[in-house]
Amino acid sequence: MHMATVLTINGETKSFDAPPEMPLLWVLRDVLGMTGTKFGCGIAQCGACTVHVDGKAVRSCVLPVSAVENRAITTIEHVGSTPSGAKVQKAWLDLEVIQCGYCQSGQIMAAAALLAATSHPDDSDIDAAMAGNICRCGTYVRIREAIKQAASGRQS
Amino acid sequence: MITDNSVSRRSLLTGGLATGFLLAFHLPLRAAVNEPVQPVDTTDGKFAPNAFIRIDETGRTILIMPQVEMGQGTYTSISAVLAEELDADWSKVEVQHAPPNDKLYGNPAFGLQATGNSNSIRAWWTPLRKAGATARAMLVQAAASQWGVEPASCSAAKGEVAHAASGRKLGYGAVALAAQSQTPPKDVAVKDPKDFVIIGQPLKRLDTPDKVNGKAVYGIDAILPGMKFATVAACPVFGGKVGKVDDSAAVKLPGVRKVVVLDDMVAVIGDHMWAAKKGLEALQIEWNEGPNAKITTKDIWEDLRKASEKDGAVAKSDGDIVKALASGDKFEAAYELPFLAHASMEPINATVHVKPDSCEIWTGTQIMTRVQSEAAKAAGLPIDKVIVNNHLLGGGFGRKLEPDMVIAAVKIAKQVDYPVKVVWTREEDIQHDVYRPVYRDQITASLVDGKVAAWKYKVAGSSVMARWFPPAFQKGVDIDAVDAAIDTPYDFANFHVEYVRAEPLSVPTGFWRGVGPNNNVFAVECAMDELARKAGKDPIEFRRSMLTKNPRMLAVLNHVAEKSGWGQPLPPRVGRGVCVQPSFASFIATVVEAEIDDIGEIRLRRIISVVDTGIAVNPDTVKAQIEGGLVFGLTAALYGEITIEKGRVQQSNFHDYRMMRINETPKIEVIVVKSGEAPGGIGEAGVNAGPPALRNAIYAATGIALRRLPIDRKLLAAGKKA
Repeated sequence: MHMATVLTINGETKSFDAPPEMPLLWVLRDVLGMTGTKFGCGIAQCGACTVHVDGKAVRSCVLPVSAVENRAITTIEHVGSTPSGAKVQKAWLDLEVIQCGYCQSGQIMAAAALLAATSHPDDSDIDAAMAGNICRCGTYVRIREAIKQAASGRQS
Repeated sequence: MITDNSVSRRSLLTGGLATGFLLAFHLPLRAAVNEPVQPVDTTDGKFAPNAFIRIDETGRTILIMPQVEMGQGTYTSISAVLAEELDADWSKVEVQHAPPNDKLYGNPAFGLQATGNSNSIRAWWTPLRKAGATARAMLVQAAASQWGVEPASCSAAKGEVAHAASGRKLGYGAVALAAQSQTPPKDVAVKDPKDFVIIGQPLKRLDTPDKVNGKAVYGIDAILPGMKFATVAACPVFGGKVGKVDDSAAVKLPGVRKVVVLDDMVAVIGDHMWAAKKGLEALQIEWNEGPNAKITTKDIWEDLRKASEKDGAVAKSDGDIVKALASGDKFEAAYELPFLAHASMEPINATVHVKPDSCEIWTGTQIMTRVQSEAAKAAGLPIDKVIVNNHLLGGGFGRKLEPDMVIAAVKIAKQVDYPVKVVWTREEDIQHDVYRPVYRDQITASLVDGKVAAWKYKVAGSSVMARWFPPAFQKGVDIDAVDAAIDTPYDFANFHVEYVRAEPLSVPTGFWRGVGPNNNVFAVECAMDELARKAGKDPIEFRRSMLTKNPRMLAVLNHVAEKSGWGQPLPPRVGRGVCVQPSFASFIATVVEAEIDDIGEIRLRRIISVVDTGIAVNPDTVKAQIEGGLVFGLTAALYGEITIEKGRVQQSNFHDYRMMRINETPKIEVIVVKSGEAPGGIGEAGVNAGPPALRNAIYAATGIALRRLPIDRKLLAAGKKA
């Protein structure tokens, strides 16, 4: 028997049964049906599962749900309602960053957290914030450019 | 409903991006339950002139995609080709995944509904242009007949037929039903490329708006009512079987529903992936490892080296190779490439619901009809009782040209009466792949007057074709494994190519992005650099002197030489390397600039590729594919190697099977040259350019001629001798 777990996700309260050690990733995907957050490695090596907890980018595949009760969780489905998330999404489309797109939920979450914390990141800021996110299609050149464009507010 | 399965992007171009990505791309999403819907191709009440075009009375234009979207942009490019000749309103085009049907949707290059070998645009170019033009002609005929005028006096543009003389216009929707009863013209004319209005534009992709907000649905995202989740452990030794399974602890865990024991793997079904994973960890499994439990990579290489010394089957022979090799300055080298895993970001998966009289599958596959027929066998049902719902693929790279994950999921789903989503962990995905084969490529050549007078090239390695597509393995030659060995850009008067089929002990092999030319382009371009040095010539000058019959190749080489600053001075231990390749009917020249530090670590400084791919249907996609392909190939050159010990793959996840990351990726410039030639392939091509260009940059910087991948840093430390 588990006590119901209560999380605040994208501003909504969600209540569900899950073991306390269950990673947030599987709660999102398999319990709540929010499949925008992706499974890539399960060991925080690829960043596909990145979400925001209190505005910071974290890997949901190794984050037990018990650790995020009473925290504000934001996922890819809702990041467009944040100023940095909306800018990142727009730049991603303006520059056609995306290929298969599977890693891009995580890339966008990582980039949005970066811009929220550092409004004008330089190349080393981008490297530090984004090196944990693997893109097998190799879209890195455009990711870098899109982050700069989102930061500058310029149009493509 | 068909609408649920189509990509609506009405507002994308007209309404701007802000509304575009809110409204666009209604790929299978139903409120909170993203249950994908089988693309039921209803033609009732529609103009349906062929398998690809559906126009209803409102003018809604749905294009059915015979090839799958795995990031390469083909949904947009295929739509562009159809819409161009159809004179459709591009802003209103919607796309839909095709159902499995080789007759309707088989790639003309294979006769099979497969996406691979950079063949989507190449093979479909003419058939889809004709399909679009035929549909357009029928719509024009219908309008002309309604107006009582000659079809030749009418024109069409942006989804409307116009009669200039009377100023009348009719939208495609208004004539759709009448068009259905028109006789299709024989030998319809297609447009002169100078009249293209969609092809050649840097089009916004149709699939990307829903990839920025979590709405895009990949196979792994399928959700069905009552569905459970499973994950698997396959015998770690290739060919091994399940022995004994003690599931007493696992079945007691909360959320674990069932343990399924198959011949060679065990699955745990649970309420979610976490329960399934915990259940799997709690199993005590004894494996019958079988005869392969002692195999090591070393054994495999010993076998391959031995096999490669045999004479091969002759794939091509021009001139007199024996005589020509007997004179001149002789060169001999062997190049060796490792096993590689695909590591698509979306781990392999399939969701299956087996009922007594049917089997329904939700997955993302490159090989629709084979999935359907193999699932039918596994389910024990006729093919027409198997429904396959295809999805966007989170990377394919050749892994999803195999049906193994679907077969396993069907066998698991047969044990229960509810739908099961089976997801491989990253570890299982990497350890139970079909691997890019190990290859040993030997090149023997002779130089006379500073040019290659004789070129003998022997490829040795696994034949993927012999297993996957037997018609392409004839008289001992795998046409893929020697693809870019035969298709040389250079003027080699005496030219001889052989192939030795050598299957690695126990390790399954498959297609890997870049396919056969992966080994060929690497060996050829490494050897060309070594020969240039032997001849005392600059690598680009040396190549140029032997490209006299290949103006497209020569033009891109000259272009990249100019743009890369070739020949300009560089700091110590920095080098530039070049690669030219005519593969997949695209002509690409690439220069990589790299720095090698004192301990042999490599820093990529700059990459530039010049590409002549013929008519670039979507030039921005061509650039993107080369950018990404370069990273894919360079990842392999820098890190990629799967090794075997005790019959098991030793790598398991991204910590020990490394990928290039953003901090390692340099500036990449891709120049797409204008061309009126038929389109070439582009998805595979960039992959092949990176490894030899980087290797040649290292050769230039250090004098060390590497002949194996991945790059061994130990050989490159300062002070190491060339």
